[in-house]
Amino acid sequence: MSLPDKTGHFGEFGGRFLPETLISLHEELTEVYAAARKDPAFRKEFTHYLKEYAGRPTNLYLAERLSAQLKTLKVYLKREDLLHTGAHKINNTLGQVLLAKRMGKTRIIAETGAGQHGVATATASALMGLKCVIYMGEEDTHRQSLNVFRMKLLGAEVVPVTSGSRTLKDAMNEAIRDWVTNVRDTFYIIGSVAGSHPYPMMVRDFQSVIGREARRQFRALENNRLPDYVVACVGGGSNAMGIFHPFYKDARVNLIGVEAAGKGLKSGEHSAPLAIGEVGVLHGSKSNLMQTADGQIQVAHSIAAGLDYPGVGPEHAYYRQTGRAEYVSVNDEEALRGLKLLSAAEGIIPALETAHAVAYLPKLAKRVKGRKTVILCLSGRGDKDVNAIKDML
Amino acid sequence: MNRIDRTFKRLRSAGKKAFVAFITAGDPDLATTAELVPALERAGVDIIELGVPFSDPLADGKTIQTASERALAQGVTTEKIFQLVKRLRQKTDIPLALMMYYNPIFHYGDAKYVAAAAAAGVDGLIIPDLPPEEAGLLKAAADRADISTVFFMAPTTTARRMPLIARHASGFIYFVSLTGVTGARAQIPAAVKKQIAAAKKVTDKPVCIGFGISRPEQVRDLAKTADGVIVGSAIINEIVRHTGKADLVPRVERFVKTLTAPLK
Repeated sequence: MSLPDKTGHFGEFGGRFLPETLISLHEELTEVYAAARKDPAFRKEFTHYLKEYAGRPTNLYLAERLSAQLKTLKVYLKREDLLHTGAHKINNTLGQVLLAKRMGKTRIIAETGAGQHGVATATASALMGLKCVIYMGEEDTHRQSLNVFRMKLLGAEVVPVTSGSRTLKDAMNEAIRDWVTNVRDTFYIIGSVAGSHPYPMMVRDFQSVIGREARRQFRALENNRLPDYVVACVGGGSNAMGIFHPFYKDARVNLIGVEAAGKGLKSGEHSAPLAIGEVGVLHGSKSNLMQTADGQIQVAHSIAAGLDYPGVGPEHAYYRQTGRAEYVSVNDEEALRGLKLLSAAEGIIPALETAHAVAYLPKLAKRVKGRKTVILCLSGRGDKDVNAIKDML
Repeated sequence: MNRIDRTFKRLRSAGKKAFVAFITAGDPDLATTAELVPALERAGVDIIELGVPFSDPLADGKTIQTASERALAQGVTTEKIFQLVKRLRQKTDIPLALMMYYNPIFHYGDAKYVAAAAAAGVDGLIIPDLPPEEAGLLKAAADRADISTVFFMAPTTTARRMPLIARHASGFIYFVSLTGVTGARAQIPAAVKKQIAAAKKVTDKPVCIGFGISRPEQVRDLAKTADGVIVGSAIINEIVRHTGKADLVPRVERFVKTLTAPLK
């Protein structure tokens, strides 16, 4: 059975929990996307931009020095950091902006945490000549001021969000308020495998190019075998779902998602809803969610602005519940060590988000028996974080 | 037949329209809310929506967002709101509906929540992020408890979808006047009258209009088409204006009386 089902559910997760004003739009988008998916012209155009503009395929690079240090792991890096704009986010924004054009929308909005999705959306909008407005939590505009400047250069309007906790979830609230108001001419490019049906499916499909390439490349390099592990960081979970999904049916491939444990799971200041496992409804879908005893949404914490979100895409909740993927977490300090590890071992500075996945590798190395192969999704590069972390290291 | 149904029956046979008022429970505090409810009743309000504060009110404009933040800062919880409704029920029979986002209900447990709400004396639930397609469990429990489930129609609701919403809704249908969030507006789009007329062709259930309405002229005008008119942010703005003053309650009562007057 392929998921989600017709009503957009992954088991008990997902669905469409939205104000009525947005329901018909989601119904229309579901139909438009289903048609586009089958339309060779759409696929050709999407593939063209991925290749010629974004720089796909990305390399699957054998990290020899890192592997030597880890001893028990042979690590391949899926180099999404080499894409135009420096992260995997562009895969999805190119797909969605083409859909926006197909639907005749003239205005693009998006939320952003670390700013990578905002930059990728502003980029795709500039490419297509569409007006673009990005909502970003005020706190994140300070943490990621370089990306704010990039978005403005790309012609986008950046709106600092001062409501609630002033981070990613509030930016998403504000983007939804804009969407409800301007639903007729505006397309909301959601940056993660979150939101209401069809978004989690659509973003997964657009990002699955990561896993399809990685699977093919790995088999070519490793004598037609499959990797033992695929590891990726999970905030909303788009890079992870993008690399996991094409391995879904390869039951022997262990999928590991790494959440942000922030200041520690017990501190309550983290961004690891999958580790806690409570179920709730936020931003249009049912999934694992950080919440209080009274059902209020908790404020998440992570050193990585892009992981700083109390929810997670519904398909990850499904993978967790069914045991298809394992979810672990790495705290702020460990993530910083991960960043240093990869920078020194391979000459690649990863994004703080990605550094969480890197930081799990030494733990995995201790866990495995014999020598195992790993693909790590190197979802983004770390230039954007250098300013913010220089005082911490 | 609960208090909401009886109210519409009474109004219909008198040839009148309903005035529905929204206030956020616990803004500025629960004690004031307990006084505001009977004051609104005296001011001519027929049905009261009590807003349950939520951390992420994504369908609300600034007025209700900040009211929600103030109420949460007061330590308002689900249980405290049930206790408030229980106390109110000792002195008034005015229909009370809770307007709230879905997560606190889901987290509490749909059936358990409905049972607790019914026991407290709640007559209806209005949940802007829960369309009928996702409301199966809640709806079944609410039907058994004779609690109304108010669903929404919007200017973007297609003709194809209207019968589905009409079928699932009870108490009344909440017609959203404009594409946007809650909050007082100077103008309500004229097209909404035609849209309400279309809704009334597919259902006999009362259709009330809300979002943006803040002036007596708007109330008078929209009541020509709808079965009821809902005002929220304008009343909250008035509450904010007088918060901290000894005469907050009578001031709000006087203000709301000017809004209900066109329907009397």
